[in-house]
Amino acid sequence: MRIFSTHHRAVGFGYLAISTVAVAIGVLLSLAMRTHLAWPEWPLPVHGPILPEEYLTLVTMHGTLMLFFVMTVAPQSGFGNLILPAQIGARQMAFPRINAASMWLTALALVVLLAAFFVPGGGPIGGWTAYPPLSESALAGPGQGTGMDCWLASIAIFGIASTISAVNTLTTIVKLRCEGMTWQRLPLTVWGWFTAALLSVIAFSVLLAALLLLFCDRHLHGSFFLPSGDVVNGVLLQHGSNGSPLLWLHLFWFFGHPEVYIAILPGMGLTSMVIANFARRRVFAYRMMIATTLLIGLLGILVWGHHMFVAGLNPFAGTVFSISSLAIALPASAKVLSWLATLWRSRPRLTAAMPFALGFVSLFITGGLSGPILAQPILDEYLHNTFFVVAHFHLIMAMAGVFGLFCATYYWFPLLFGRMLSERLGKVHFWGTLLGAYATFLPMHLTGLAGEPRHYAQLNGLAGPGTTLLESTQPLQVHITVAAIFLALAQIPLLVNLLRAWRSSKKAEPNPWNATTMEWAPESEELAVVYREPCEYSVTDESFLTQWSPGAAINTEAE
Amino acid sequence: MPITLTPPEIDRRHHTGEGDGGGRKPPTDKRTGGNGEGGDNWGDRPQGRRGPRERLSQARVGLFFALGGDLMFFVALVSVFFVNKASGHFDAYSHWVNEWLPTALPSILWLNTAVLLVSSVTAELARRSMFREHDAMEEWIGFGRPLSRRAGIWLGLTLLLGALFLAGQWMAWDQLAAQHVFFASNPSSHFFYLITVTHAVHLLLGIAGLIAALAGLQASRSMATRQVLVDSTVWYWHVMGVLWVFLFVLLEYGQ
Amino acid sequence: MLSAPTAAHFWHLPVDAARHGPAMDEHLLLNLWIALGLVAAAHGILLCGLVWRRAKTPGLKPGSSGTTERGPEGPLSLPGRGFGGESQTRRRLLLFEILPLAALTILFTALGVRSEQMWAAQRYTGADPTAMQVEVTGAQFVWSFRYPGADASFGTTKPMLIAPAAGNPLGIDYRDPHAADDIVTSQLVLPAGREVDLTLRSLDVIHGFAVPEMRLKQNAVPGQTSHIHFTPETPGEYAILCTQVCGTGHYRMQAMMRVLSPDAFDAWLRAREQRR
Repeated sequence: MRIFSTHHRAVGFGYLAISTVAVAIGVLLSLAMRTHLAWPEWPLPVHGPILPEEYLTLVTMHGTLMLFFVMTVAPQSGFGNLILPAQIGARQMAFPRINAASMWLTALALVVLLAAFFVPGGGPIGGWTAYPPLSESALAGPGQGTGMDCWLASIAIFGIASTISAVNTLTTIVKLRCEGMTWQRLPLTVWGWFTAALLSVIAFSVLLAALLLLFCDRHLHGSFFLPSGDVVNGVLLQHGSNGSPLLWLHLFWFFGHPEVYIAILPGMGLTSMVIANFARRRVFAYRMMIATTLLIGLLGILVWGHHMFVAGLNPFAGTVFSISSLAIALPASAKVLSWLATLWRSRPRLTAAMPFALGFVSLFITGGLSGPILAQPILDEYLHNTFFVVAHFHLIMAMAGVFGLFCATYYWFPLLFGRMLSERLGKVHFWGTLLGAYATFLPMHLTGLAGEPRHYAQLNGLAGPGTTLLESTQPLQVHITVAAIFLALAQIPLLVNLLRAWRSSKKAEPNPWNATTMEWAPESEELAVVYREPCEYSVTDESFLTQWSPGAAINTEAE
Repeated sequence: MPITLTPPEIDRRHHTGEGDGGGRKPPTDKRTGGNGEGGDNWGDRPQGRRGPRERLSQARVGLFFALGGDLMFFVALVSVFFVNKASGHFDAYSHWVNEWLPTALPSILWLNTAVLLVSSVTAELARRSMFREHDAMEEWIGFGRPLSRRAGIWLGLTLLLGALFLAGQWMAWDQLAAQHVFFASNPSSHFFYLITVTHAVHLLLGIAGLIAALAGLQASRSMATRQVLVDSTVWYWHVMGVLWVFLFVLLEYGQ
Repeated sequence: MLSAPTAAHFWHLPVDAARHGPAMDEHLLLNLWIALGLVAAAHGILLCGLVWRRAKTPGLKPGSSGTTERGPEGPLSLPGRGFGGESQTRRRLLLFEILPLAALTILFTALGVRSEQMWAAQRYTGADPTAMQVEVTGAQFVWSFRYPGADASFGTTKPMLIAPAAGNPLGIDYRDPHAADDIVTSQLVLPAGREVDLTLRSLDVIHGFAVPEMRLKQNAVPGQTSHIHFTPETPGEYAILCTQVCGTGHYRMQAMMRVLSPDAFDAWLRAREQRR
């Protein structure tokens, strides 16, 4: 493919390449963080000991890379561009050239972000949430000067690119569905992409506004977020008028919460379809699954205050946001129940993509059930910004989301490359990753309950009053770090698998999973036509009907 | 066929079904697939053969979503406007103060608003002329370029008025600066500059779009492409005009 | 349920020294056990469903039409489809979705109502008028505490007077008569059994005032004051941590909360007032 190709496959692979670079760096950063927490004096090879500001830069860049460049890009823009047109029977995305442009903009954003490591002062230290006044002025800490500007520029570019990409996705789904592809016949994956794109269009603009205001504060003497009389590092910051840091929190989290739903909705859709495929069953309560997808999207816009229960918010507002946050547990539970029902007594075929879908369900349940706890302000008063929160979002978003990505990889590899991935290596990869994920993140609940705060560059070897409290978690810290290293190493089988399959000459069958959705339809000059809903399998799995075949059922064994 | 001979709105009135597939439900069935533009069953045909408006409606849908996102951007700014206007704080003498002092708008803004509204009129004239059946037929066949010429004139006029608007905005900023009212002078001036500058940037994009549309009218060989270019640009232009009216009212009366 | 101290130990909760603590702990433990139970139950159902032999009963209808509406051919011709499916479907829907969702709704509502009641009790109204007033000020990277002294009012502070090296870390304006008897300390010393109203302030960036062993947390936001009130019950020394990233020294922005018996506290306060 040409380097500036506008073909949706090229753009999708471009996005996945961006995510791969980001995830590799993000994993290395997290390993450095974990190693430092467990053994603070251990010097990083070549670099030396990790300083407090460097630790905070690791945290900030890890969060930014993983959330934006991996979890927003790969499921939505990456796999979306690769598979969405085929799944709706279209030949291309709605605006191919703009599509390619948004991919290159995202790549630019990544480069600008990584530049922050190398500018004078180093990378930003405020976390991926960049609360002012810490992010207001270079005086507030090392890296808050040029490093913070790089972060600002990068995320602004990323936001614009994401909005463009989402507009493309939405127009494609609304307008480019092929003949016979009604809204009810859309696979749930497409519903996931659709809802995530709607959220993107709404949320990223608000983030852009917040970034613009922060830029004004930093460079144009504005004071949207800076209170008057603020003395940072001995300097009275006189920007003329009074602002409020809480305003940033509102704007940021209005974006930030839909952002995490953008990250997980495509994975939820894919899980439904993959489970149906391998359980050889229709998705249980298909229409309800569509409704819950949309409902989660809608409610996701209404819960942002639950990040701010102890941030200075009116306690009444805390109650309101608590109600909406608890409410979102219901459509999420409905989805889990549907997955369980689809699987019930189905004896599914456990080829490599399926375990990852099951792992998604497991991690979603485990990570999700700590959600209602955090949604109650009286409990969040204790747990806010502890590692309990870190455990929650890593399990439900990072790990479940990543399992969705692995599921997509194993499922669609034959389609994209015409080769099969090794089943054996896939199973090794699955078990290593699942065990590693739980071993790493389950104990974090306990360290959080013990009171361990987030963003602490050091937990032991200190002399302060918190020493006993923090050092009590040390055994668990070491355990978590070892598990994290194991989790990282557990990805090696995937890399080996990908390399071997890519180089192997054994071709895959056209529809190796006996799937029913349109992306598996044979290549044809004819325009696509859809005849029925997906997931039409016979009860005893003797045969199945694909979406694209007009009449006779296909015998499962014959395929 | 020339793509404007039978607009779907007219066709829809006496459509009875395409007849491909006996036993299908009558057109009252709203669950059509694909584009499904009302009951005219264009959507029942394969994508790519859905009739003259296919690319146009795709472009409009895309613009709709993009402008929706853009609207959220301005919604965020306007919300911050109201929050800042109403918020006070304790000053150095422990007095509760609100430093919001409304910025007096230079009267040239009224002129600019009028100019922008007129430019919307000319833009709409340009857009409508792109779909005039008679001229479209002639141009498609090859008898000169009556369509593009007429539309080009109106577009050029719109471009001129748009540039005039931006020049007027610049003058307004100059006038305020002459009175020592800068971005950082007061919370209200923060917003005056923020709002007018971001709107002006959007309008500059609109001007770039107008230039692209004019270039397209010259260079593009596809009628559909020319229509899509002009149509999208003009709709964007209208939205920016309406947005400006709202922002202007906010700044004039909302401070 | 296990007795509270054992359960708290299992879940790694630190000691609980505030009056509102036990109720909060009980609710937290209840939530944790329920979450654990639900995780176990869900995984049990998952594994069970995977292992049990394949069900032959038809009718896992999705609730939307299984037959085609458009398209050239008629209804599906797969065997075993659509016979006696309707009531089966409704039964499965009830069992797998409606009943569990109803149960979860009741559960989350009950937990939510209980927690909102506790939240309202702690936060909706301010402290008792007779509560002891202490001001907590966060700055990079130290917590300072100020007692109002005999006149029970804090002197005004001005940002331009902030001079830690000169012994005025809070920028107190000593020309203000109310400031004369203010006591500034680096430890938060409190008497056991008396309600205290903390006024949280910050001089520079957002800090998180947290005392895990008092089950307390509230951000100190520059430009505004926040109030939280609680009653320390058990004398002892407790850690105050910063829980909102505030810069390079965030991890060592700690302070000591010392809860003394009322007599010991009076003695301490008198000694400090005399030193003033």
